[in-house]
Amino acid sequence: MNEKNRNINGVITPQQKNAFFKSVLGFIRKNRIGFALIAALFVIIFILEQILPSSSMLFVVLKKGAIYSLVAVSMNLLNGFTGLFSLGQAGFMLIGAYTYAIFTIPLEARAAVYQYFDGGIINFTVPVPVGLIMAGLAAAVFAYLIGLPVLRLKSDYLAIATLGFAEIIRAFFQWDKLGPVTNGSNLLKRFPSFSSTLYPFFVSGICITIIVLLINSSYGRAFKAIRDDEIAAEAMGINLAKHKQLSFTISSFFAGVGGALLAMYQTTVQAAAFKSSMTYEILLIVVIGGIGSVTGSILSSFLFIASSEWWLRFLDDETYIGSFRVPLLASGFRKVVFSIVIMIVVLFYRQGIMGTKEISVDAILRFFRKLFGKESREEAA
Amino acid sequence: MAENILHTEKLTMQFGGVVALYNLTIDVNKGEIVALIGPNGAGKTTAFNCITGVYEPTYGSVTFCGETIVSNHPQGKMKKMYLGEKDGEKLKVIRPTPDKITKLGIARTFQNIRLFNSLTVFENVLVAKHMRAKQNVLTATLRLNWREEKRSREESLALLEEQGLLQYKDDLASSLPYGLQRRLEISRALATEPKLLLLDEPAAGMNPQETQELAEFIVKIKDKYDLTVLMIEHHMDLVMKISDRIYVLDFGKLIAHGTPVEVQKNQRVIDAYLGVAEDA
Repeated sequence: MNEKNRNINGVITPQQKNAFFKSVLGFIRKNRIGFALIAALFVIIFILEQILPSSSMLFVVLKKGAIYSLVAVSMNLLNGFTGLFSLGQAGFMLIGAYTYAIFTIPLEARAAVYQYFDGGIINFTVPVPVGLIMAGLAAAVFAYLIGLPVLRLKSDYLAIATLGFAEIIRAFFQWDKLGPVTNGSNLLKRFPSFSSTLYPFFVSGICITIIVLLINSSYGRAFKAIRDDEIAAEAMGINLAKHKQLSFTISSFFAGVGGALLAMYQTTVQAAAFKSSMTYEILLIVVIGGIGSVTGSILSSFLFIASSEWWLRFLDDETYIGSFRVPLLASGFRKVVFSIVIMIVVLFYRQGIMGTKEISVDAILRFFRKLFGKESREEAA
Repeated sequence: MAENILHTEKLTMQFGGVVALYNLTIDVNKGEIVALIGPNGAGKTTAFNCITGVYEPTYGSVTFCGETIVSNHPQGKMKKMYLGEKDGEKLKVIRPTPDKITKLGIARTFQNIRLFNSLTVFENVLVAKHMRAKQNVLTATLRLNWREEKRSREESLALLEEQGLLQYKDDLASSLPYGLQRRLEISRALATEPKLLLLDEPAAGMNPQETQELAEFIVKIKDKYDLTVLMIEHHMDLVMKISDRIYVLDFGKLIAHGTPVEVQKNQRVIDAYLGVAEDA
């Protein structure tokens, strides 16, 4: 219809370039409070790191929370925004973690790490950022291949199939014959890791920004259309197979990067750790945060990690008040409480913390304005 | 003779042992409004689904603007079960997915409205623009497609304004009243820039006043966008008023076709709609 108006040869004129930069500047100006808040967050973490001892529980929560945020948001892209109920996240994290570890172990440490496999067969090392990207790419390639047969399935069947694949991947990486690459079922260690809390914040921040940009783009709208009504989406010219594949691959890419970050945080990797219970943990985070809300996933990641690593630790410890032993508090009780929480969420609070809404600077400002507006009105009255 | 835009040749759809549509051959010429009518279960929506790629027809072909877009003959299990002519010629197998057909220029609406309920009215129309925008996932994420995006947004806004939906632009599609949802669905179909518009019971659930408005609306968009319209409808006053030609289906078979006046006088059509006494 408007074929004529389209700039067919795709040449960008200087004015258009100018307009583009202007719009970028405009975007930054419009969101200056948001950017300032992010900068402030980094400064606060930096200052905290200077004053608190590095063994403080706070840093454990912040580091792990940042990593889980990335994985939860990547799962939300698939489950919440594209409506594909996939449970393969732990498998893709495993691929990311292994890829990162395998390719970044320094040459001199390889003999010690691969002691049962003659130092392994990979004789080169890549820099950390390359390793992180490779981790994502490896997970994405696996996801693409798995997606070809699996994405034809719907809802529960898709969940079962992806869960199965994640388990297969875990078994596969522990296979003895692959030892020269994966070190079999032994630990991978001595690869570069991070000590500063800012590092996972920085990497997760960039990745989540990219996911948010994707969700708000034309492709994000297409994903949401598929979630709402596949038949109508197809009738609007959206190729279902292509877009589902795209969402699955991208989600897995970031799960892979998240896995690599988790490896860095733990400083060792072992396939046995990436059980399906890890996927359930992430699913729990996504459901509590709100399926279809990025900020909800981030918020609930930090809440979940803080609860499980810190605040609710006491549930696992036997506690005595005087000589009275507090009942129920014993090893494993924490898991029971979590199970009850998820049941309560699913039964009574299906929307999670945020539903499909997002926290934005505007919304916060509006909230405060309303709050203060109300107060001033009350004062006036 | 007018230029043919859609032609179906012996379109047959068999579900298991049930023949929902049998040997349907229809023609739609450019610029026409053609209606497909018939009692419930006559196979009208099945015909639409075969044309738009939702179903793969068991036998037959669909030609759009001179190009064969769908074509199939019984295969696999169907070979034995097929109830039509066994020695029918083997057709080339062309089974595109619905999105390919939309891209060729056939847009449709649904009998039970299918909007993207968690998206806003504006986004519903924007989704339809996704297909024709020159972009890939990388350029879209990094906003390098901003010219395409801007164009899509402007075109969508213009379309909404024209359809009188601009004031609801930021409302959720599910929050619109029924009549406006219907209108939004048609607007969304128009946003895919079609040549042929398939309307599946556009007046379902509308009162006479709304039906009247819809009739004017269909004629208006047909002229404005240079469309051809094929519609399924039960409101006979609407059908008789605006359609150039009518095809009548009953139990999956074509029983009559012609101008509204001809069809109204056709005894088989009257029998199909009113029923015919056993001993008559």
